[in-house]
Amino acid sequence: MNVDYVGIMHVVVLLIVLVSAYLAIKLKNLLSAVLALAVMSLLLSLEFYLLHAPDVAIAEAGIGAGLTTAIYVLAIRATRHLEGGA
Amino acid sequence: MMAMSKIVRTVSNLLYFFILIFGFYIVMHGHLTPGGGFQGGAVLASAIALIIVAHGIEKAKKFYSEFSLTSCESLGLVLFISLAFLGIFMTFFYNFLSPGAQPAIPIFSTEPPLGPNLGNLNTGGVIPLMNIAVGIEVIGGLGAIVYVMFRGGKK
Repeated sequence: MNVDYVGIMHVVVLLIVLVSAYLAIKLKNLLSAVLALAVMSLLLSLEFYLLHAPDVAIAEAGIGAGLTTAIYVLAIRATRHLEGGA
Repeated sequence: MMAMSKIVRTVSNLLYFFILIFGFYIVMHGHLTPGGGFQGGAVLASAIALIIVAHGIEKAKKFYSEFSLTSCESLGLVLFISLAFLGIFMTFFYNFLSPGAQPAIPIFSTEPPLGPNLGNLNTGGVIPLMNIAVGIEVIGGLGAIVYVMFRGGKK
């Protein structure tokens, strides 16, 4: 029997994308939320690569996982690390 | 902000050149392989962000200034628009370096081979030049954003 490995990979990657997106919304520590967002972005670029769009995958990995994470961390440096001013 | 630890600084110094070479590769092979001016410029700007984060703003000021980054952005845009206007004798954005065009200018104007092949870099006419222009513009724009964010808005 032939197993659809690419289909299984799609399901696994998209499930982890969902989990990390939920964590990015729910985490109270802003630095952890930004890291969850970076993980979501990196896995989204993997999903773009699986869907045969390597062009979009390079842009997503460079902008989403690299630069916006750096900019968010720099912005959080100037404020409190917890949501809600605790 | 102070510089980070010695381990981070050494590793980022080593990785800086590899990231730069990969970014220039993506820009230069934009008309053959996935990627192009924007993607390569984003990779190059992430190299700039790596150096700024690892060494702190005081040392990074010796290599990059806001003026040089914003003038990179303007230079890329001027190059792109002037390349588009150079073909105005036929149409706007005319590929005046393509193999059949007259007068023949031997820059990036080889006829691409038919069938599966390794890819000839010396093809594409005006498209590689426009990729380089977009790459310069994206380095300047994204690098200036990271630089100003790291400086914290202060002069």
